[in-house]
Amino acid sequence: MATREIAVVSFAQTNSRRNELDETEMLLPVITEAVKRSGIARSDIGFTCSGSCDYLGGRPFSFVMVIDAIGAWPPIEESHVEMDGAFALYEAWVRLQHGDIDAALVYAFGKSSQGDLPDVMVTQLDPYYVAPLWPDSISLAALQARAMLDEKRCTELEMAEIAVRNRKSAKANPHAHLKGDHLAANLLGEPYAVAPLRRHDCPPITDGATAIVLAAGDLARKVCKRPAFIRGIDHRIEPHALGLRDLTRSPSTKLAGERAGVGKGKIDVAELHAPFTHQEVILRDALGLGAEVDVNPSGGALGANPMMVAGLNRIGEAAQRILDGKANRVLAHATSGPCLQQNLVCVLEAE
Amino acid sequence: MSEPKPKQDEPIKRMLAPVRLEFTVSAGRDKTAFLGAIIEGRILGGRCPSCRKVYVPPRGCPTCGVEMVGDIPISDHGVVTTFCTVSIPFEGQTMKLPYVYASIVLDGADVPIFHLVDGIDAKDARMGLRVRADWRPPAERKPTMESIRAFVPTGEPDAAFDTYKEHL
Repeated sequence: MATREIAVVSFAQTNSRRNELDETEMLLPVITEAVKRSGIARSDIGFTCSGSCDYLGGRPFSFVMVIDAIGAWPPIEESHVEMDGAFALYEAWVRLQHGDIDAALVYAFGKSSQGDLPDVMVTQLDPYYVAPLWPDSISLAALQARAMLDEKRCTELEMAEIAVRNRKSAKANPHAHLKGDHLAANLLGEPYAVAPLRRHDCPPITDGATAIVLAAGDLARKVCKRPAFIRGIDHRIEPHALGLRDLTRSPSTKLAGERAGVGKGKIDVAELHAPFTHQEVILRDALGLGAEVDVNPSGGALGANPMMVAGLNRIGEAAQRILDGKANRVLAHATSGPCLQQNLVCVLEAE
Repeated sequence: MSEPKPKQDEPIKRMLAPVRLEFTVSAGRDKTAFLGAIIEGRILGGRCPSCRKVYVPPRGCPTCGVEMVGDIPISDHGVVTTFCTVSIPFEGQTMKLPYVYASIVLDGADVPIFHLVDGIDAKDARMGLRVRADWRPPAERKPTMESIRAFVPTGEPDAAFDTYKEHL
């Protein structure tokens, strides 16, 4: 079945850092900005879908509060995923395939700083066998990094170099949280946080919100000079039991990448959702990205990691390079779950 | 923490898996302003720049989805638009039964707030009743709506239905 052409026509994000705003206040300006930049009237947006996680705010149904930010009157068609906003974008893409509406709003928000984030993330684990042992998110990533080092898939120096490159790139991103110039050799002199991970291998704890407007073929061309057309999008999940997975590889990313058509042409820019340095190695490998691909010019999740937003930001940052005329074919990846359990790959192109 | 060990061949019916997470939630800009004013015995609203309605408390306009500035002083007098009478006890209840819980449109506001109505027999509660905030003494006020003990009748004549019918 031929899919309907859908494009990203606008993207807006908060300055990612910790802030004293509530979720609605973070979202209001970015939704307003994304809708304004799209050139599409709010009343012409047929579907709205968001991604967030109640555990970040420590209260149930937190996505209901933020409905204030979208102006849900007359009553709108709306949906929500308890996941990163990238997966909400997938739902909106599917919804637009129905053909009866031409535009959708996707947004995500996360106030990661309100709780002890590595502990909060434990609540996503198997509640019977894993969560009672309370392995926090950094420890699980360290488990994966150890497997990578032992399998000689990367070295601690290569991991430090990934941190250096991402935080250097983040300097060019006014929205990034953690940026600067470092020397890998110096970073290796730092103590371990959770061995074999050092602080530089881990993402910052960031608050943030993002909005993206999607439009179908003719509308996208009408409102936007260079729409970023989604030419392929797919997401795959692996078993949640960590012991069933080879943590050094990401078959779900590989499969999603193949189905999204990553290999059909040259990739100019790849935005990879790799919160931990060694995960970039796994993802590059799964997607077959060579040294010629510009990976994470935004600084990636190592530069800013608003939970439930960082994946949608990868799509936004990649698409923005097409909107700005800086790239013709880009890849965006988003992940969810411990140790890259679930992965979404999206290929966007200029016409 | 210990669990009784199930007897042999008995199904396991309980498993204790304690979870404790602590959160420090940001009140945000609007709630900080509103609740700060409440401590001072003032009520703040905000006007939506798009639909011009005045919201109490100030918030993103839920109809238009735009920001508003929460700097409009709102009267602590208003009118009961609708109410219910609570006659059943529940845990944590502080009011003597039966009592009245009401939707109150404050003068100058376009949306109601919800609060207790006291100083009146529950059977005498009615739509259109004019009420005012009965503030707790300044030293007892906290950043919560409980800084208003309840709303009490002002003794003014009831408001005409047409003046509040938009707010039901």
